[in-house]
This record gives sequence, structure tokens and C-alpha cells, in this order.
Amino acid sequence: MSTLIFETSREGRRCVMLPVSQMHGDDVYAEFTRESALQLPEVAEIDIVRHYIGLSRKAHGVDNGFYPLGSCTMKYNPRLNEDTASLAGFAHLHPLQPEHTVNGALKALWHLQQSLCEVTGMDAFTVQPAAGAHGEFTGMLLINAYHQSRKDTARTQVIVPDSAHGTNPASAAMAGYEVISVKSNEKGGVDIDELRSLVSEKTAALMLTNPNTLGLFDENIKEIAEIVHDAGGLLYYDGANLNAIMGLSRPGDMGFDVVHLNLHKTFSTPHGGGGPGSGPVGVKKILEPFLPNGTVEKNNEEITIKKDADTTIGRMRSFYGNFLTNIRALTYILSLGRDGLKEASMNAVLNANYMMEKLNDLYTVAYPGTCMHEFVVSMEKEKDEYNVSAKDVSKALLDYGIHPPTMYFPQIVHEALMIEPNETESKETLDFAIQTFRDIYQIAMTDGQALRDAPLTTPVKRVDDVLAARSPILMYRKPE
Amino acid sequence: MAQYVPNTKSEQLKMLEEIGKTWNDLLKPIPQSVRLNRELDLPPGISEFEVMARMSAYAKENKVFPTVLRGAGAYRHLIPSVVRHLSSREEFVTAYTPYQAEFSQGILQSIFEYQTMICQLTGMDASNASVYDGASAVAEAVNMTVDKKRRRALLSSNLDPQSIMTVQTYTQHLPIDVEIIPSKDGRLDLEWLKSNLSEDLACVVVQHPNYYGILEDTQAISDVVHTTKAKMIVSVNPISLALFKEPRAYGADIAVGEAQPLGLNIAFGGPYLGFMATTNEIVRKLPGRIVGQTLDLDGKRAFVLTLQAREQHIRREKASSSLCSNQAHCALTAAMYLTSMGPQGLKDVASQCYHKAHFLQKQLSALDFKLKFHQPFFHEFVTTTPVHTSKIVQHLEQHDILAGLPLDDHTMLWCVTEAVSDKEIHTVLRLLEEVSK
Amino acid sequence: MKVLDHLFYTESHEWVELLEDGTALVGITDFAQHELGDLVYVNLPEVGDKVEGGKRFCDVESVKAVSDVYAPVSGVILEVNEELMDAPEKLNTDPYGAWFVKLGEVSGKERLINADAYRSQTE
Repeated sequence: MSTLIFETSREGRRCVMLPVSQMHGDDVYAEFTRESALQLPEVAEIDIVRHYIGLSRKAHGVDNGFYPLGSCTMKYNPRLNEDTASLAGFAHLHPLQPEHTVNGALKALWHLQQSLCEVTGMDAFTVQPAAGAHGEFTGMLLINAYHQSRKDTARTQVIVPDSAHGTNPASAAMAGYEVISVKSNEKGGVDIDELRSLVSEKTAALMLTNPNTLGLFDENIKEIAEIVHDAGGLLYYDGANLNAIMGLSRPGDMGFDVVHLNLHKTFSTPHGGGGPGSGPVGVKKILEPFLPNGTVEKNNEEITIKKDADTTIGRMRSFYGNFLTNIRALTYILSLGRDGLKEASMNAVLNANYMMEKLNDLYTVAYPGTCMHEFVVSMEKEKDEYNVSAKDVSKALLDYGIHPPTMYFPQIVHEALMIEPNETESKETLDFAIQTFRDIYQIAMTDGQALRDAPLTTPVKRVDDVLAARSPILMYRKPE
Repeated sequence: MAQYVPNTKSEQLKMLEEIGKTWNDLLKPIPQSVRLNRELDLPPGISEFEVMARMSAYAKENKVFPTVLRGAGAYRHLIPSVVRHLSSREEFVTAYTPYQAEFSQGILQSIFEYQTMICQLTGMDASNASVYDGASAVAEAVNMTVDKKRRRALLSSNLDPQSIMTVQTYTQHLPIDVEIIPSKDGRLDLEWLKSNLSEDLACVVVQHPNYYGILEDTQAISDVVHTTKAKMIVSVNPISLALFKEPRAYGADIAVGEAQPLGLNIAFGGPYLGFMATTNEIVRKLPGRIVGQTLDLDGKRAFVLTLQAREQHIRREKASSSLCSNQAHCALTAAMYLTSMGPQGLKDVASQCYHKAHFLQKQLSALDFKLKFHQPFFHEFVTTTPVHTSKIVQHLEQHDILAGLPLDDHTMLWCVTEAVSDKEIHTVLRLLEEVSK
Repeated sequence: MKVLDHLFYTESHEWVELLEDGTALVGITDFAQHELGDLVYVNLPEVGDKVEGGKRFCDVESVKAVSDVYAPVSGVILEVNEELMDAPEKLNTDPYGAWFVKLGEVSGKERLINADAYRSQTE
């Protein structure tokens, strides 16, 4: 059984020592002094090293194996990015240093913003938002500020497709909007007729992911943009799936007014077990005045930090965003350049179609046809016939060292598995994964119980998530 | 030059052939009307050595100060080697959110341990797996306390101004009234608070130590707040909790803060680490990921993301926050830092911060840098300056020292941590004596 | 699927027990708990809140979903079943014992259906 660091603790053990200081001020004020013991672990350096190496061996990253987690774009994270992000001239800058001592940092951020403008076809960017959902929230506030600046105050609704990420409606609600859901049509795109009936003088915006969460490019995008713009609304682009279209098509040219990107997806910054990400937001000129304080901007050839502007939405967090993550993304863009970005997207599309075509005789592709960077299969039939669910297939994949696809999303597909292989995987890796998916399918038809018992080779067997939620244990307490 | 695509051109063609498609077929779903029929206006790709040269040139245009006397929300502390090494393990760095528990026990356990350490520091019952930073943690905490009946949030004017603005930004279109509590002699004006309570008060937010380094009378504030049904939110510096009372001890309902001081580089403002901890009573309102302990099929202890029905992917527009990605790797780093320090090490850090800051303040007052507020403080304090603050900043900068933060022409916010050596403090004093003559 | 004769029901799978003192207990049916799977939490409203028949008044959570519960009748919440906070599994094991709230000032009973009608709906 795994040992918690608190169980490794032995009274009096030390790891790190500080330099000795001779300085003494007054004694610590009695009324503020902590009275309860601070029960942090007491361990030696060898203990902490063994502990975390042990934990790392029970974790799985892109560096361990194939990670086709749909909508998350788990591409290889180049080592070079880590090296540039640890340069002292970036890592040890105080955020409130005089601006003339951080020219290089400001230029790097401006360089990144300009590059993102070109990739997306937007006019200005802020790199302050810390993650995709933070970017969405920023975008919704920008849209709200735009309408209000025009005294167009009756726009209270944001339209979101039923296939959208849960963050979309949640972000719109945080910005005070009522969320209206629009259905998907039989091809997986936005139902144009329903959209027409939903837009009105109340429409503030439509939030759209394109290609969408089914991996499909919406062929009606121009018409969708027109419908929303004609109604006086703006178009918001969720950039979660930008990896399919770099150098091929740009949200700005499709008619989008605001976009957010996920640098930890498309631009190869590592996801660190849940973050930090970075969610820059790009806008067309009409929305630029509202960008948050802390955004890097250019005034009369001087690159500087936006402060206390009258029109701004405010600020989304402290300082200028996840700076080192943004440095990694700039490193990636410089490495790949215009040719490399395009080739990355084309290969992401190729790898997804390759896997789909080699699986679609067994697995039911929810929306058949050519996909972009990912595709969704449904295990609904198999669930009915063999009592094998999307979850069972996922857990079985673990025994082959493959991270499962995204499960049970999008919600409009029952028993969904969303597979996104991405461009940094080789043909051999894809072939192995394809064979594994096929083998698992055979087992599903003959011995469903074997899949329901999976996984067998992981550090723990299937985990009881019902127990965890019914009787939450959220911290370790020392036994009495 | 797509450096990270493994398949050769001929392998790509072979794959196309195997599925009976051409590149054109694959791109057909993108309508001609929205195709980019030109190359992106970016330079072509270059080798990693050239990229490194380019990025190094940017890095060299910045000045790294070996001695930093500026805090104001970003604190330079000593970071042990073991933290840097362990946190760069690839299995941690290159993993996504631990959706598949059986494959992610290492990450889940590390978060569970982090949550436990945050609870230990704050005295609270439950912590989430992190949020973006300290300022957004304050905003999320305010949102936690608001309901149909309680819609008024009172913020101390002594909060970090970035936290105040983030709260105002977050809540601007929600039915929440944000008001600022005035300051009296550098501390929250308790009398004003007493006379501005109401039935619809949702929360009172205090920073402790506050933006000016001053310790607030948190117990008295808590007592006043709890004469109503409102919640007390306190934003704390986690290092200070090795010396000072934990938030639960004076009755705080939600403890949040910026945990960058726990082993993270100052890094020009990010990535940082917002932490949030609360009581069992309102744990279901906590946003973001939470890891819980459970059992596997064999009855073995295991960890898993839990209480997920609070979150955006299930509750969609009814979720209280859209938070999805967090700062997990920063939380991992903070847990490693706290483990390597241990209770005594953290106390030593806090105690050196405290004593060095108080030493500097005393010596400064002899140089006519007068303490602005005569209040107890931790490792930051405000003084008036005998000469223009810009003169001080320039003079110290010539000697590679980052001076305190100028608040105006003759007021400065100083910070001293254990990372400033005794010798450096003496040098600073000598230089300040020069400049103030 | 168990349907108890002495209770009244709604088409959205809530049950009501009309007590002699004019108050009413409200819960979700055996059919509902079966469809929802393992329930892990119930977000109960506050005592004193008014509920309106046919309108959402609280929700129940499984691990991967949250489902709205609708008030079968209108009324004022007199009591909430705090026991469910500690033992949400009762919603699965004893759905007709696991009442959510006790309502007073009950009105709008005409929208309820009897056990037979509910039985035929769920067959």
C-alpha cells in the first residue's frame, strides 16, 4: 500500500537548513502567536526523494506513453521549452521591477501576442488569463463591455451548442448571462434553423468550438457568423481545438470576434497534472479597448504594460498571466515557424483519420465522414449487447499502457469515447493503439467480465468513486 | 520544419494510401471560403539552438536583481535543490488532470497531501487542488458566500489592490454589491464595520498580514462578522502561518491566499498558486478539483477526484465557477517545499523574515525613514523616505539591489525575506545612508 | 419497481405522502433512484423557503451527474431531512423512507397522480 508522506514522518527529522542569521528584531507579538502544532511532515532529504520518485512511478504523462485524451491535445512537450523557461532572465524577475529592467520580458510577450494574432487572424491579444476557462470568462466580460459601451444593454443571452465544453456555459453564467442551448444537427454541426429561431435583440454572443467537440469542422460557419452578427451579437471562438487548423484556416477569417487559446494544448506547454495552463484571449479591433489591465501593449513604438485604463474590464488575476508558460509557447512557435505549425495541424488531422478509418469497421463512429484532429465513437450498442461500457474499454486500455480517450463527452453522444491522437505520435504507436482497441473489442464480445474487471496491472484496481463522494475524506488526519 | 512530428513524408503518404485518402480529402471539411490560401506571416521554423539564442537574447535584456527588498504580492525565498529536481520529474510535468484514477495515483496522492498541508497550515477542514493565483482565489471565495439572501461583500481597503480589482472584475455582472471597508492607521476600521453590518451581508474579506505588511486584529473582526450570518474570508501569506495563528483559530470560514512563497520562483508574476480552504459546512461550495481518499476493488487505499457534481463539466451554467485547469504542478511544488522545510524549517523561514524585517525597520528609522503606521507587522512595512523614492530606487539599482516598492514620492513598501542575507542588509543600510544625505 | 399505494406521485418521479395534520413529505421514487444510479449527495433547500408545484426545488448528485428535483405540490418547507446529508445512500436503499422535506401550507394537489397511474407510467 502507498505510504503518505505524513506516515513517513519521524519526529525531529530535518531536510533543509537555512543560513544562520544574527538579526533579531522584537519578539513575536504574543497575541498573534500560533498556539497549535504545525503538523507538516518531518523527513530527511532521502525520504522526500524516495517518496516523490515513488509517486512519479504511479503517474502517467505524455513521456510515458500514448495519451489520446480527446479535446486535451496531449502532444509532446519539447525539452527546449523547459530550458528557455528556466533562464534566470525570466525565472527570477520580480513582477513589479521598474519597466526599463524588464524590456526583454515585455518584448517576448509582445512577440507571442503578435504571433498569436497572425495564427488566429485577430488584432490584439492579452496573455493574462491563466487557463482556457479563464480565457472564456475574460472573453464574456469583453463582449459584455463592448455591448454596454454602445448602450446596447438588453443583450442578456449567450447561445451555446449542446456539444460544448461545460466551461462555456459556466463562463457565460459567471459574466451574468443567461445561457441558451442550441441543438446539433444530424451532421454534428450547429442546427442552423434552430439558431435562427434563437437569435434576437437579446443575443450577446454565440460561443463556438470549431472544429467542434465531435472533431468536425462546421461547414456552415460563414452562415452561422452572419446570423449572429445580423442579430447584433458577437462570435466567441473556443480555441480548444485550434490544433486542427493552424496555417489552414483562422477564426478571425471565419467571423469570430473574440477567441481564447489553450497554450497547454495547441502550443505544447506541459499540463503538469492539471495546470498551469495559459488561456490568452484575442480580439478584433472593436474590443481592444476593453482588454484587462496587465496586458502588454505597444504605445508609440514603446512596449509597455496597460494600467488603469478607463475602458478596461478590470483585471482577471494578479500581474501578467502565467509568464513562464507563455515563454514556453513562444519557444514552440519560434521552433516550428509558419511551416511547422501547418505541418503539425495537417499531421494531427492525418493521425486522427488514420485511426478512425482503421477502427470504424468495429467501433461506431458517432458522426461518420472525414474528421479533423479527433473523432468520437459510441459504445451504446456494445453496452446494450455485451454490457460493456465506454468506461470498461477505457479501464482495459490502462493494462496496455495507453491513456484512455475522454469518456462520456460530449454528452450528446451516449457512451462516448473521444479520441485525439495528435501529430507527435508515430505510425507504430498508432498501429499499436489500433490493434489494442481491436483486441479489446474482441474481448468485449466474448468475455465482457474481463473488461469489467479491468484494470489489473495498475497500482490500484478499479477505484470506488461512489464511496469517495458519499463519505468524503479530503485530508489525512493522524490516528489518535 | 516540424521538429516534433515523427512520421517521415513517406510514412505520411503510406498512411494516406492505407486509408485511401489524399491530403486534399482530409482538408475538404474546411470550406474554401474560410481557407487561408497563403502561408502564415511568421518566420519559418529554426533549430533549437537558434531558438535558444533568440530566447536568451530576450532574457539578457532583463535585469535580475540578486538582492530583492520588494514584495507586494511576489516574494523571493530560498528554494531547496531537491524541490527543483523532484518537481521536474516528467511523469508529473507531462500528465493531464488525473481523470483516470488507476493510472494517476501518484498525482492524486500528491494533491491529497498538498490539500492536507494547506489544511494543516490554515486549520481548515478541506482544501481544493488549487486555483489560478491569490487574487482569483479571493474572487472565487467571495462567489462561494453569495446566495439569494446574502449579496453584499465587504472588502478591506488593505487588500492587495490586485485582489480588489479582481473581485470587482469577477463580480461586475453578478448580483453582488462590493463595498470597500476604510482603513484606519493601516488597519481595517473596525468601528466602520460595526456600523455597516446588515442582514444581507455575505462576507467580509481581510488580508492578514495586509498589503502594507500589517497584522490585522482578525479575532475582533471575526467576532464582529459573526454577529451576522456572514462568512469571514481571510487572505493569508502561508509562510506567516508558521508563526501566527491559523485562520480557523480566530473563526475564519474561508482561508485563501497566494502560495507562490512556497517554493515557486517570482517568475515575473506567474505561474503562481492560489490556495483555498474552508470548513466542512461549506465544502460543497468550494470551486475546482478536489481529491478524496477511497478504496479500490480489493479494499486498498486509493485516491480519486471527488465531489465532481459541483463542477462545470457536470453542472454547466449552474456551476458556481468555470474553473477547469488549475495550477496543479505549482501545488505539487509547494507540497515538496513544505515537506523539505518541515515544521521547524518553515518556522525558521518565517522567523528570519520577521526578525530581518524588524531589524531593517529599526535601523531605517535612525536614517529618518519613519514607520508610517505604528502597527505590528510581519515582513513588510511602510516608511516615509527622506528623499524622493525614485532616487532611492535608482541608487540601489546601481548596486544590483531592488528597492522597496514606491507607493508615492515619499512613501515606500519594504519587504525582507530570509533570502536577503545579513551582509546584504548591512550593505543596503550603508547605501541608504549615502542616498539620504 | 416498487410503487406504494398510499402515496401520490408526479410524472417527474417524485412522491408525496399527505399526512393527517395537513403537512406533506416529499421524496423521489424507486424508479427515479434506479435510473439515477448511486446517489452521493442531495442539495437540500432551507427551512422557510417557499416551493412551487412543478418547479425545481433541489437537486441530487451521482458521481457524474446532477439531476433536478421538482416540487410535486406548492408549500413552505417546515423541515429538511438532515439525515440524508450523512447517509445519501438511503436514497438508493430506501427511497420511500428517504424523504427530502416536510411541507406545510400544501396546495396544488390536483397535479398529483395516484399509485396506479404512476405504475402504468413507469411500466
